[in-house]
Amino acid sequence: MTKKLIALVLALSMAMAMLLAGCASNPGTEGSTPPESQAGTETKAPDDNKDPAPAGEGRVYWLNFKPELDTTAQELAQTYTAKTGVPVQVVTAAAGTYSQTLIAEMDKTEAPTLFVIGNTAGVKDWKDYALDLKGTAIEAELNTDAYNLYDETGKLVSIGYCYECYGIIVNPTLVEQAGHKVEDIKNFETLKTVVEDIHARAGELGFDAFTSCDMDGNSSWRFTGHMANLEYFYEQKDDPWTECPPSLTGAYMENFKNLYDLCINNSLTSPNELATGGHDAAQEFMDGKAAFTVQGSWEYAKYAEKVPNAVMIPYYCGVEGEEKAGLNCGTENCWAINSKVSEADQKATMDFMVWLVSDPDASAKMVAELGILPYKNAPESTNGFLKNAADYTAAGNYVMPWVTNYQPNVDAYRATLVAALNQYNSDQSDANWETVKTAFVDGWAVQYQAVNG
Amino acid sequence: MKKAKHTNNNSLRRATRMWSPLFLGPVVIAFCIGFVWPFLQGIWLSLCQFKTISDAKFIGFGNYVKAFQDASFRHAFWYTALFAIVSLVIINVLAFAVAYVLTQGIKGSNLFRTVFFMPNLIGGIVLGYIWSMIFDGILSRWSTSILMDSKFGFWGLIILMCWQQIGYMMIIYIAGLQNVPGEMLEAARIDGATRWQTLFKVTIPNVMPSITICMFLSLTNGFKLFDQNLALTAGQPFTILPDGTTVKQTEMLALNIFNTFNTPSATSQGTAQAKAVIFFVLVAGLGLAQLAYTRKREVQQ
Repeated sequence: MTKKLIALVLALSMAMAMLLAGCASNPGTEGSTPPESQAGTETKAPDDNKDPAPAGEGRVYWLNFKPELDTTAQELAQTYTAKTGVPVQVVTAAAGTYSQTLIAEMDKTEAPTLFVIGNTAGVKDWKDYALDLKGTAIEAELNTDAYNLYDETGKLVSIGYCYECYGIIVNPTLVEQAGHKVEDIKNFETLKTVVEDIHARAGELGFDAFTSCDMDGNSSWRFTGHMANLEYFYEQKDDPWTECPPSLTGAYMENFKNLYDLCINNSLTSPNELATGGHDAAQEFMDGKAAFTVQGSWEYAKYAEKVPNAVMIPYYCGVEGEEKAGLNCGTENCWAINSKVSEADQKATMDFMVWLVSDPDASAKMVAELGILPYKNAPESTNGFLKNAADYTAAGNYVMPWVTNYQPNVDAYRATLVAALNQYNSDQSDANWETVKTAFVDGWAVQYQAVNG
Repeated sequence: MKKAKHTNNNSLRRATRMWSPLFLGPVVIAFCIGFVWPFLQGIWLSLCQFKTISDAKFIGFGNYVKAFQDASFRHAFWYTALFAIVSLVIINVLAFAVAYVLTQGIKGSNLFRTVFFMPNLIGGIVLGYIWSMIFDGILSRWSTSILMDSKFGFWGLIILMCWQQIGYMMIIYIAGLQNVPGEMLEAARIDGATRWQTLFKVTIPNVMPSITICMFLSLTNGFKLFDQNLALTAGQPFTILPDGTTVKQTEMLALNIFNTFNTPSATSQGTAQAKAVIFFVLVAGLGLAQLAYTRKREVQQ
């Protein structure tokens, strides 16, 4: 009886596994069908030849990382095949399964020609499969090298094709109502003047400077994750980190304090009420109750509905030369070309990439989906904050990349920082700031040890 | 005729003996799969370094050394012990008092019993979040929060647990109180015993089995508390030591084990497993000791 039961359970789980496997492979099959059938109807392509890769022409197999991009990518692949006859296959890995899919696909004879290497860990794993993109046509199209990934020999392994950003979001209308101009905010001093003036006259103006800076789970990451980035960024600016360092120096803690103090002491909610949370900063900003907030570009569509002229400015924090600062930008979306496929395939892939980022129609569709393409011939971003980021870059300002992503044992590290900031918020004494520093700097080393020790 | 019945009985007994493993089997198997095997494997894993349980490397008692060296674990132990004792006393005294009042035949007893029992039907996580809102709502008048002071966290958790557990213990006490023989109480009254004398000399010795079970339940509940702890304070506030390590002021043992296990490092799973074994020995030992102690005070009717 037991045996029967076990057999039944096994049979059931097998059936489940098959069902799941069926589901998982579906998008792939769907993805590969249209381009091939398109290739069949194309006059240039040999009609009777079943082989999708005509000799000497090369083929493109794009293993896509971003599920949101799938529909657009499939469409563009069809268009490209119709136009040039080069077969383009797009397969999108289901969310969270990219690395497994990549491992499996790379083993096949028809391996992906275009894939994603998104971070330093990915570079370690896949650098041998990546073509050096230095001096290539696609590199020439880029308008910034801020999202490029190199291996330790200096090989250009992958290049960014979109990014997101965060910083201080400003409502210019309110700033003008208070008698200031956003354009005048060029560094921490000028930011402080405007913010403190607005806060002092909040009663008379009917709005405050910053939105609430809650320390609950919905909001604390804006400070422990995002704003903390300015400290890490400036600390490693001259000698960029390529992996999580075992300890910090905390050299720019004062700058973090500058901006943090400015936020909590000039906001709608008094600092000693932040631990509980429960305020909706986004709503406060959209309702025009505050002129400043800290958030990221992914909120643009929501904010722009109510504050269409909202702009994003850098984290000004009193660092020398910060007039040339840009926004905090980062991405895990970086293209790499497979070095192990035939030269014809590599060339076809390169041409396809250049077409994606420079053809007026194709790049417009890409921008509509991704928000921005960091390429010279691509249209302007539809996302106001990303456009701000691009404008800063175009003006020669430095990008502040997401160094914060190196935070070791991130949840525990941030929870400790929140605990320290709670104490500091309720009583802004030097002793309490020392505790914040300890949590920020020594806490990093402790968590690094916890993970690697 | 009589003989025939006898054989019939015998064959029935034989059949029972023969087929009993079949009927016991599923339970035994379930018990082994669900308890014995994981328990043995847990002890084995506490001596290993592992990431996935199928790929464990034996390392001896290193995990136990690490567990005892961990300042946050020692703090969690004393904090949990204090919490368990305080909650044990308060819950049982109040539950008994409520049960006593509700067995005096006052009007609406059944309604009160139902109402007092209801909080026990709400999950711990939900309760934790609801009570954190209530406490924060009150504490915000003084511009503070339950996350700011470990005293708030401690008494907040006690209040929460009382609110949840008293109703449950009350039901057990009511059952016990209703079983006290009426003749005994009547005899005490005729003998001229005062109300207090009746309570302490007659009623309480007779409900001792209920007290045993209630104390066992509230003691082990106090030690094993997890979801309420996680939802109410999650260990906040933290004390940040000068070297950057943290002691979570209101973190109890189970939450400490959970947090250790979820640290992304090569050794933390083993350490957490060792902590869990220590935890089991502790809870089992205390529970059994308490059972043995109160059992002695039970009277046979």
